[in-house]
Amino acid sequence: MNNLLVLPILIPMVFGVLCLLTYRSSHLQRLLGVLGTVLLFFVSALLFIATLNSQILVLQVGSWPAPYGITLVADLFSATMQLLTSIVGLAVGWYSLAMISEGRISFGYFALYHFLMMGVNGAFLTGDIFNLYVWFEVMLISSFVLMALGGERAQMAGAIKYVAINLISSAIFLAALGILYSVAGTLNMADLAVKFSQIDIDSSRALISTLSVLFLAAFGIKAAIFPLFFWLPASYHTPPAAVAAIFSGLLTKVGVYALIRVFTLIFLQDAVFTHTLILTLSGLTMLIGVLGAMAQNEFRRVLSFHIVSQIGYMLMGLGLYTPLALAGSVFYILHHIIVKTNLFLVSGVVEYLGKTAVLKKLGGLYRSQPVLAILFLIPAMSLAGIPPLSGFFAKFNLIKAGLLESQYWVVGIALLVSLFTLFSMIKLWNEAFWKPEPQEYSASNRKITRSMILPIVFLASLTVLIGLGIGPAFEVAMRAGLQLSDPALYISAVLGGSR
Amino acid sequence: MEIILAVMIGGLYASAIYMILRRSLVKILIGIVLLSQATNMLIFTSPGLTRGNSPVIKPGEMVLSQPYSDPLPQALVLTAIVISFGLTAFALALTYRAYKSVGTDDLDMMRSSAPGGEEIE
Repeated sequence: MNNLLVLPILIPMVFGVLCLLTYRSSHLQRLLGVLGTVLLFFVSALLFIATLNSQILVLQVGSWPAPYGITLVADLFSATMQLLTSIVGLAVGWYSLAMISEGRISFGYFALYHFLMMGVNGAFLTGDIFNLYVWFEVMLISSFVLMALGGERAQMAGAIKYVAINLISSAIFLAALGILYSVAGTLNMADLAVKFSQIDIDSSRALISTLSVLFLAAFGIKAAIFPLFFWLPASYHTPPAAVAAIFSGLLTKVGVYALIRVFTLIFLQDAVFTHTLILTLSGLTMLIGVLGAMAQNEFRRVLSFHIVSQIGYMLMGLGLYTPLALAGSVFYILHHIIVKTNLFLVSGVVEYLGKTAVLKKLGGLYRSQPVLAILFLIPAMSLAGIPPLSGFFAKFNLIKAGLLESQYWVVGIALLVSLFTLFSMIKLWNEAFWKPEPQEYSASNRKITRSMILPIVFLASLTVLIGLGIGPAFEVAMRAGLQLSDPALYISAVLGGSR
Repeated sequence: MEIILAVMIGGLYASAIYMILRRSLVKILIGIVLLSQATNMLIFTSPGLTRGNSPVIKPGEMVLSQPYSDPLPQALVLTAIVISFGLTAFALALTYRAYKSVGTDDLDMMRSSAPGGEEIE
């Protein structure tokens, strides 16, 4: 049963290699590309169901006992992230059939796509912090090539910035690992949690604080939190929409996942310092991100700044650090991955129809494409937090947790940012869909095909479903939050359950 | 010995950060290479250095006799070197491609992807 844990890493690897082997036939690559994501979806669903009753699955790779070998761990949080990865992977893989040019596919788009999924899945499932670094690198190198694939001028400028900042972040992460090893003498996360809970905080406060801030900086760059977010809006609008969609859905969330994992398991001794710092940063991230978004006038640049702003909400739960707040964070990530990916998919179709992303040159899409307009409206309103949709409940729970902890300023910021988000979603709606088509630009005669629109329908209906079935959906998040707030469960599953 | 290495690591970090703060792409790349070297040295030094005691069990004994040098950081460094080698090779190729298509290696001139930069059609 526990061998199931290897499959989410193994399946993308096998299909990535198969895509490389069939490089002569782009038709076969398309087929394999989508088949792999479907298979991954089923395996992830199985894994999710297996962890649903709050059981933590552990696999000691090669049967080496826990602190010595590499451990794969799936608690409910990991499994949820895993399931979301496969859902988004399925939708974007499908969408890529229509939206990725023939040239990119024959240069290995689908192979890279699967290697990216392998890295992301590995990062979610590993229980060893050096192994986490390795999976980060697997994910990064695939994302570098996906970012640059095609070689357009703007893409190159965007990719170079993305690569440079990520290499710096990896170096910081690695340095932190080196110091961590010299302090604790282990790299297994459960074992680290045990060792760190025994450290006398008063005598080694300087070292522990340095370490926690190094990890915060390294993961903070990847998660795009204030003040380390500037690379994201400078690069996410340059690659094709499908690539931007998978990046926006998964990559920054891996950073958030790593932050939540490390700061709920290892760095707990000095919570007054670290978690207050995280809470402050989360407030600033929300505010600066949304202000940046309001100033932009290109479809995808608005969305890129909104990613930054939304990351703030996810960190808010971590900063508050109560079971309800952590559940709020998990639920926010769940809602955000689906909604954000969907918005990027819509932006791709809008750019395809209008032949531009500049808002003042777009218009009239509500008249010519009413279905697409409605499909934009669902995730957009969910992002802003309009009641029956998933975004409302995500924000509601975080704000409730904030009020219970009497952190009124961060609650105030969260509510204000919500209003600004609504403003900029309405701006997108007005400019691209509602206003009449600008006179000087000729109407496009391009048609929407089925594989463009169906992935958007799929993700939009998930958003509505989560909103309507909020009871069971939040119950899952609550269980994950309870697991996260009690590190002893994780530790005993990894170290105690090894025999 | 640790003191000398610590000073050297500090020097490497300082020069790496200086290089990263330059505008030219090639200099930033040199900075990143220095940064990863400094990090590798940091991991290598972090458990303390032990001379002349390899972590090999001597003939006739059942366990390792103290003191021995910790082999794990060296394995970690090896992994990190391989990864940074691959990434550096990719970054070099990308820099060359970017120079060819954008026509400059000055980051301030690469406005086409900056927020509020030129519009992408």
